[in-house]
Amino acid sequence: MNEAIAPFGTAEYLAAHEAKGLLRFLTCGSVDDGKSTLIGRLLYDTKLLFEDQLATLASDSRKHGTAGGDLDFALLVDGLAAEREQGITIDVAYRFFATERRKFIVADTPGHEQYTRNMATGASNSDVAVILVDARKGILTQTRRHSFIVSLLGLKDVVLAVNKIDLMDYSQSVFDRIVADYRAFAAEFGFRTLVPIPISARHGDNVIARSANTPWYDGPSLLDHLDTLDVESGADTRPFRLPVQWVNRPDLNFRGFSGTVASGTVRVGEPVVVAGSGATSRVAAIVTADGELAEAGAGEAITLTLEDEIDASRGDVIAAAGARPEVSDQFAAHLIWMHEEPLLPGRPYLMKIGTRTVGMSVTEIKHRIDVNSFQKLAAKTLSLNDVAVVNVATHDPVALDPFAAIPQTGAFIVIDRMSNQTVGAGMVDFGLRRATNVHWQALDVSKASRAELKLQKPVMLWFTGLSGAGKSTIANLVEKRLTALGKHTYLLDGDNVRHGLNKDLGFTDVDRVENIRRVAEVSRLMVDAGLIVLVSFISPFRAERQMARELVEEGEFVEIFVDTPLEVAEERDVKGLYQRARAGLIRNFTGIDSPYEPPLHAEITIAGGALAAEAAAERILDYLLKKGYLG
Amino acid sequence: MSSERMTHLRRLEAESIFIMREVAAEFRNPVMLYSIGKDSAVMLHLAAKAFHPSPPPFPLMHIDTTWKFREMIAFRDATAARLGFKLLVHTNQDGVARGINPFDHGSSLYTHVMKTEALKEALTLHGFDAAFGGARRDEEKSRAKERVFSFRTANHGWDPKSQRPELWNLYNARVRPGESIRVFPLSNWTELDIWQYILAENIPIVPLYFAAERPVVVRDGQLIMVDDERLPLAPGEVPQMKRVRFRTLGCYPLTAAIESDADTLEAIVGEMLLARTSERAGRLIDHDEAASMEKKKREGYF
Repeated sequence: MNEAIAPFGTAEYLAAHEAKGLLRFLTCGSVDDGKSTLIGRLLYDTKLLFEDQLATLASDSRKHGTAGGDLDFALLVDGLAAEREQGITIDVAYRFFATERRKFIVADTPGHEQYTRNMATGASNSDVAVILVDARKGILTQTRRHSFIVSLLGLKDVVLAVNKIDLMDYSQSVFDRIVADYRAFAAEFGFRTLVPIPISARHGDNVIARSANTPWYDGPSLLDHLDTLDVESGADTRPFRLPVQWVNRPDLNFRGFSGTVASGTVRVGEPVVVAGSGATSRVAAIVTADGELAEAGAGEAITLTLEDEIDASRGDVIAAAGARPEVSDQFAAHLIWMHEEPLLPGRPYLMKIGTRTVGMSVTEIKHRIDVNSFQKLAAKTLSLNDVAVVNVATHDPVALDPFAAIPQTGAFIVIDRMSNQTVGAGMVDFGLRRATNVHWQALDVSKASRAELKLQKPVMLWFTGLSGAGKSTIANLVEKRLTALGKHTYLLDGDNVRHGLNKDLGFTDVDRVENIRRVAEVSRLMVDAGLIVLVSFISPFRAERQMARELVEEGEFVEIFVDTPLEVAEERDVKGLYQRARAGLIRNFTGIDSPYEPPLHAEITIAGGALAAEAAAERILDYLLKKGYLG
Repeated sequence: MSSERMTHLRRLEAESIFIMREVAAEFRNPVMLYSIGKDSAVMLHLAAKAFHPSPPPFPLMHIDTTWKFREMIAFRDATAARLGFKLLVHTNQDGVARGINPFDHGSSLYTHVMKTEALKEALTLHGFDAAFGGARRDEEKSRAKERVFSFRTANHGWDPKSQRPELWNLYNARVRPGESIRVFPLSNWTELDIWQYILAENIPIVPLYFAAERPVVVRDGQLIMVDDERLPLAPGEVPQMKRVRFRTLGCYPLTAAIESDADTLEAIVGEMLLARTSERAGRLIDHDEAASMEKKKREGYF
């Protein structure tokens, strides 16, 4: 280990080690700028490598090495088989070393553009960024992109490591020019410190100690700088926030709210408020397994008990009573998109902010930001690695702070509802309106009373399937039968709605999502009116059908999949649309050049190819009767 | 952004507690894998702290290969009882019936059947959707790349190339039925941190970590303890008593001892600080081939 030989004896050594602080930093920059090599060098020079690891390194260097006959330090860090074979870094690796002052956790992040999301992952948990530049190449697109992301994620302290300076004869003018170029574009990022250092990761110049090869450089070595950089800027004056993780209730006599303090300080006896409900109380005790505390600060994992029995649960934020966070269901944010599948405005996603997970959608992409020129560009969708300013609407109001003020309650991730993948990372800029001011109008006549009057249970019958599958034919028959039974119905048909309410929408993925969103909202109002609503829409995406399902109560949504094979639908081609799509006259036609995602758990599936429309309608009526929808 | 008085150990402790509370709150049916080693000892201690004054809201599970040191099994049962955990023990009965052992079948097949397959079988049997493990990122190169919340397919496979981005402390716990998450609350701890915490918190560990006179034989330059009569001896081979201890614990035929006089925690840490070989060098299974850990992990090994 580093500082391996305990200078005084184990007890003294341990006492010294226990008092150490922790600094987390990441290395980033373009491909082949030498990030992994730098970390390997740090581990090697701080004597953190064991003999067997060195032996493995020597043998790996012979097999895969790119450093001639020398040890290839990058192989110490690139741990995945694919990385070692290709000589690149794909995912973040975390490495550990220590000096006499500090313990360090290093995130080594990939330089390739396609793995930018992994770089952002590393940056989100770091205090300091070490941005590498190859002295031979100067500032590249990835240097700008990574610097931009580092600033977005709120990092304030940056080291510009101009690497491979040995290959430029340790030239001061090369170094000065790169530093000037960098300062020119990084000025607007608002970094608190920006320290440029000329290094050679391969040969160790200015990594651990100042190098004799750069007599013109009078700053610190990289390690000295990281060792002494002051990242804790005085007392935490931010307001107290505790996102509730878990309600601790071992028995009837104890009810505590467990969580990690996100910001500020809390003391016994202080007044606190549950951000969402506005309920207030005072702190009765700050409980930990090691005894009760008088006060607790940011980063401490505690359990709060309150003087009054007020309601709070996971996802709520307990805050200083005098400085409540904003509670809003609409806010502006910066968003980094992290998935191959593009972001579509209006599409329902989930977001996790603090300990709260809530439904959300992007209502508007204000603009995308070009990472090279930092210009604002118009955008209808966001692709992998895009950065944009967006407006977000959430399903329920959430407590939030601007990310710049309190990162822990202003950061969120976006999760795809179907794949469960993490597809985006966001930073709240500001709330757009106080949701607490916009109340639902309470109505005296309820859905139940309206439905009762009609002797039926309101329901949305959602017909989905390819164009020409027979959805509208079947829906028509079902509505006729229902009307004959004296039921109150309404049929929303895709083609008809597009002539009016949705005539401004086309057939791109973005417009399809908005098309379904509007129809689902209209249907919801009709269900509220007590009607049996028949919705006949291709509605090709599962996510939007799921959204419609979640707009109404359990049992008020019946998905009917008219499962007609493409060949059959195309053979019928009632409206001549398939022929035109095949001829390239219609773009984005479902089944031809736009996907259809069949339902996985439809309440009713009709083999549209085989079953006659009358028989299908019969089956649906049967279902409605058995489930009690018809009174 | 953490309070200034928090040392790195307190920050690591708080981070692990946060992770455990997230799991308890977000998953339907989590379990904590217990390997009985020093890292597990720390993990259990942290779990007891995380939910205090409630008991930990999930059971412990031990995958028993039937080849663990006898002292480990005794310690396991005592520890679970002391901390108030429900303990589940699972053994691959099919492997037992087939007589799979590390001598006749090689460490690779043996590990696959008695550990990896057994673990997958147990996770499926109980329908666990999250499983805590005590692995640390400083142990091995492919571990250094692993997320804290590491997604597993319904077949318990790991795809290192498409891991979910893991930003801030916003862990994505969402899985579909059958899928699961392996959770590593000790990801950011180093071996030294573990020992230091054990010392600071006075956490009990298996006596095998301390030096004592034990019967051993030398195999391929490694000291193997003769823990019971099942270890086949070569003709003329006689176990010798040596003063040894273990840096890691696993199945006794696959875990090499080191000669040592360290019989206190401080002496162990002192010895570790001077050590020139890494911890996993004592685990015979890692030597099988380069990138062996990644391969095993893809197949579902912890």
